[in-house]
Amino acid sequence: MKTTVPALAAAMLMAASPVMADLVVPNMSYRTGPYAANGIPYADGFADYFTLLNERDGGIGGQLIQVPECETAYNTEKGVECYESLKSQDPLVLNPLSTGITYQLIPKVSVDDIVLYTPGYGRTSAKNGEVFEWVFNAPANYWDGASVAVSHILDQEGGDLSGKKIALVYHNSAYGKEPIRTLQGLSEKHGFDLLEIPVDAPGQEQKSQWLQIRREKPDYVIMYAWGVMNQVAIQEAVNIRFPMDKFIGIWWSGSENDVTPAGAGADGYKSLTFHGVGQDYPLYDDLRTHVIDAGKAAGAGDQMGNVIYSRGVYAALVIAEAIAKAQELAGTPEIDGAQLRDGFEALEITPERMAELGLPDFGQPIALSCDNHGGAGLARIQQWDAGAGEWSLITDWIEPDAEILQPLIDEDSTAYAQEAGIEPRCN
Amino acid sequence: MDQLIFAGEVFLNGLMTGVMYALVALGFVLIFKASGVFNYAQGVLALFAALTLVGIQQGQIPFAHLINAAFGTSLHHFGWTVPAVLAIALTAGVMVLLAFLIEKLVLKHLVGQEPIILFMATIGLAYFLEGLGDVMWGADIKTLDVGLPQGISDAIESTTANWFGYGFFIDRLDIWATVIAAALVAALVAFSQYTKQGRAMRAVADDHQAALSVGISLRFIWVMVWSIAGFVALVAGIMWGTKSGVQFSLSLIALKALPVLMLGGFTSIPGAIVGGLIIGVGEKLFEFLIGPMVGGATENWFAYVLALLFLVFRPQGLFGERIIERV
Repeated sequence: MKTTVPALAAAMLMAASPVMADLVVPNMSYRTGPYAANGIPYADGFADYFTLLNERDGGIGGQLIQVPECETAYNTEKGVECYESLKSQDPLVLNPLSTGITYQLIPKVSVDDIVLYTPGYGRTSAKNGEVFEWVFNAPANYWDGASVAVSHILDQEGGDLSGKKIALVYHNSAYGKEPIRTLQGLSEKHGFDLLEIPVDAPGQEQKSQWLQIRREKPDYVIMYAWGVMNQVAIQEAVNIRFPMDKFIGIWWSGSENDVTPAGAGADGYKSLTFHGVGQDYPLYDDLRTHVIDAGKAAGAGDQMGNVIYSRGVYAALVIAEAIAKAQELAGTPEIDGAQLRDGFEALEITPERMAELGLPDFGQPIALSCDNHGGAGLARIQQWDAGAGEWSLITDWIEPDAEILQPLIDEDSTAYAQEAGIEPRCN
Repeated sequence: MDQLIFAGEVFLNGLMTGVMYALVALGFVLIFKASGVFNYAQGVLALFAALTLVGIQQGQIPFAHLINAAFGTSLHHFGWTVPAVLAIALTAGVMVLLAFLIEKLVLKHLVGQEPIILFMATIGLAYFLEGLGDVMWGADIKTLDVGLPQGISDAIESTTANWFGYGFFIDRLDIWATVIAAALVAALVAFSQYTKQGRAMRAVADDHQAALSVGISLRFIWVMVWSIAGFVALVAGIMWGTKSGVQFSLSLIALKALPVLMLGGFTSIPGAIVGGLIIGVGEKLFEFLIGPMVGGATENWFAYVLALLFLVFRPQGLFGERIIERV
């Protein structure tokens, strides 16, 4: 007995030690509720990528990655509860996949030294690292998306939008309202009329909005929606025979889930994206071998290659690269939140690196810095082929209009800094 | 003149939308009328029915994810598809079985309890059924196709274009919803007026104790009413699911039924229809006329404001039974 107790204690210590040193990257998911259809593939992609790194590479820099999951149900209060419970596990970074939760967490992560990574969503002006020290939203944000959509329309119209009418159909929430100021600025610059059409959540009934579109006959419709609002909007557009190739959704309105219910009518619908489509990448072969076929997938393994799954994978990849950079800078594989922030600020993902990672031409080059937490903000246009049941990329990377966006980012982040009493950094 | 013509189009579409709301409200009315229970789970019943219909139609194996996780299998589909009519009939059967189980496992144990206790039980039931639907059929968005047409009615568009110089938009799915709702209401009224079970249902609705004293089985009536409400939920699920795909937000259509019930009364089938039409037309016309002045997106809150206005003058709703308290 005398020898058993110390042996047991030693064994417990040995078992506990690696866990203490693991890198904790929680998965704030929503697998239940009205938004589960999108929450599940994203959470699966996010978790599966880290499982792949653990199984194939032994983690990052020799450290295993723990991915504890917390269900937010896309509910802001539950998201904050998740944050409070996850905090005790010393997470390095959080990715809540909800703009509402992001807004609540921004002041909290600054106090708790936790990185908040919100790719393609969240508070747009968090791109300004001088004010938002702990928040990163690379590779693109909502305002980039609005600008890229207008650039694409400009391209379609031979560079002249004067006298044209563009409708913005948006989710009547903080998220949906994000592009309004950008589009107003672009409307002044390019001379098109902007028609703002809000839809209350959840967006199951949109008859009034689409009757208005039918009456006002806009040349293009840009949509910022989420969940059921996407499927209903696309169906209503089909019903009124709005030309699908003039209907452009933000990247949150461009998954298979959004177009499939409308069937053949959705053929030609366009959306923005900040990553590649399909699963014709070497990384997916590795995922299949080491994760899906090995029975270690987070879900049923049937979502691989879907738009939202790929987005989850991409978010995990950027985080993993930032962790590797942080370990390199710190000279140790065991890093904390502040070191990860430094890793993000020194992050550089080149096309060559993406090819090494098994995702050639999947994402844009990313180079962040102390003052630029949002990257270049490029996006591409993808188009739905209903017959084949797949998305195709139809443009190269398109740059957002910095002339319009930068003053807006400066204005919004400066206002936040004054409100929160933040002294700009990076000097 | 253009505005008047547009308002006519909005009015007609409001009527059609109102029918869709009424389809959901009908299920609430049936259960409340027969048992005094406000069934919080009615929206989830519509979701569950639609999920089951698609699952049966597409030959999906229920609980496949659970089976695969437990036994390491890779089962998803039986390998067959079921014709829409047969799938609807089988789903109706599932809804009857569900009604039986709800009575057996939940309601039977709550006989004589306060209505608020029964209401709380239906909240629990809603969450349980939502989870059960998820585990049985998965959380992905499913395409529902039972052969109902969708899209603009060319006949109405060309006729109105000839009359007014502007072709009205009327969705063919909404026309079908109107026809089906009319048939459903006629069938429900005929059932309650001219069949023995229907009369028993009305007797229970009027007075539980008196109905029991003449030998009517309360438990049978509850199973029957929940079965009918389940069938009505199936119809609502088909209509709404055809528009948006079958997904978990379908349960939120219940939110659209609440103002209809407040306005039409919780105990009247015609009230649900008239209430639906008033809410549908009211919210659409308000959005058309006033919406642009206040930034739009008025429909959700305006429906409740309209219902509250009616409540002030007629607390029992337009067709509800007069509330008489004797001291």
